[in-house]
Amino acid sequence: MNLGPHVGFIVSSYVAAIAIVAGLVIWIVFERWHLTRVLDEFEAQGIRRRSGRAQEDNA
Amino acid sequence: MRLTDLANPSRFVALTDRVLPWLAVATLLAFAFGISQAYFAPDDYQQGATVKIMFIHVPAAWLGTFAWVLMSIAGLGTLVWRHPLADVAAKAAAPIGAAFTLMCLLTGSLWGRPMWGTYWVWDARLTSVLVLFLMYLGVIALWRTIDDPTRAARVAAVLTLVGAVNIPIIKFSVDWWNTLHQPASVLRLGGSTIHPTILVPLIVMLVAFTLLFLTLHLAAMRNEIMRRRVRTLLIMQADAATGR
Repeated sequence: MNLGPHVGFIVSSYVAAIAIVAGLVIWIVFERWHLTRVLDEFEAQGIRRRSGRAQEDNA
Repeated sequence: MRLTDLANPSRFVALTDRVLPWLAVATLLAFAFGISQAYFAPDDYQQGATVKIMFIHVPAAWLGTFAWVLMSIAGLGTLVWRHPLADVAAKAAAPIGAAFTLMCLLTGSLWGRPMWGTYWVWDARLTSVLVLFLMYLGVIALWRTIDDPTRAARVAAVLTLVGAVNIPIIKFSVDWWNTLHQPASVLRLGGSTIHPTILVPLIVMLVAFTLLFLTLHLAAMRNEIMRRRVRTLLIMQADAATGR
């Protein structure tokens, strides 16, 4: 494929788009990992929300 | 499951856990198809190969404005119906909307240099999109400034609804003012002015980007619900430590 004389602008656009999407994905995945770890630590300490306890009682 | 059941954050998280993997796979498939279509799309008779930038610029512009519309509807949900997930949806959408608006500005700038001879002009369309990006940053800053999520949600909802006035300005700026940015060519009365060989890949990319937005938004909403659980537990822990 020949992208012509403006190949630098086309490639830069796609690189910028990929970088922005990758940044969003990494941020969301890292945050999920971090929050899961913190909630697990609370669980290990026996600290639970009232609604969490109620769900367990109903199960 | 009834629609009203989704008002319960725990049920929403359970549903999200089930839906997200399928949505992620659909997003990847849509992108694989869209990028292959964009790769084989012919050059435009005026723009040449730079038309390929449009396959990311147009969807990014669409999602930048769509996210603000979604936040405005969620803002109404917060202020009028006090829906428990409305402010979660609004807060989760803001950084994603900001990212797509930034993508729109960057790719538009990189298209403008070879086509217009400049990276930037203070034209009504470009300026109103820049204002949208700044409003996103303002809402994100507001959420971070106010510690109480309920109060932050109400203030952010008001700011979002006031900012919604910019959405029709963005859409119609090219009709109302004499802009360097071209007028609407996809969604317009009288049909699209784009040739099907370019329009079809563009629509496929629009679908792919929308699926990506939905995937990221649902995942970010799930994170926000988890963050609020952590906050509640921290308060409980602090109360227990002080003997309250």
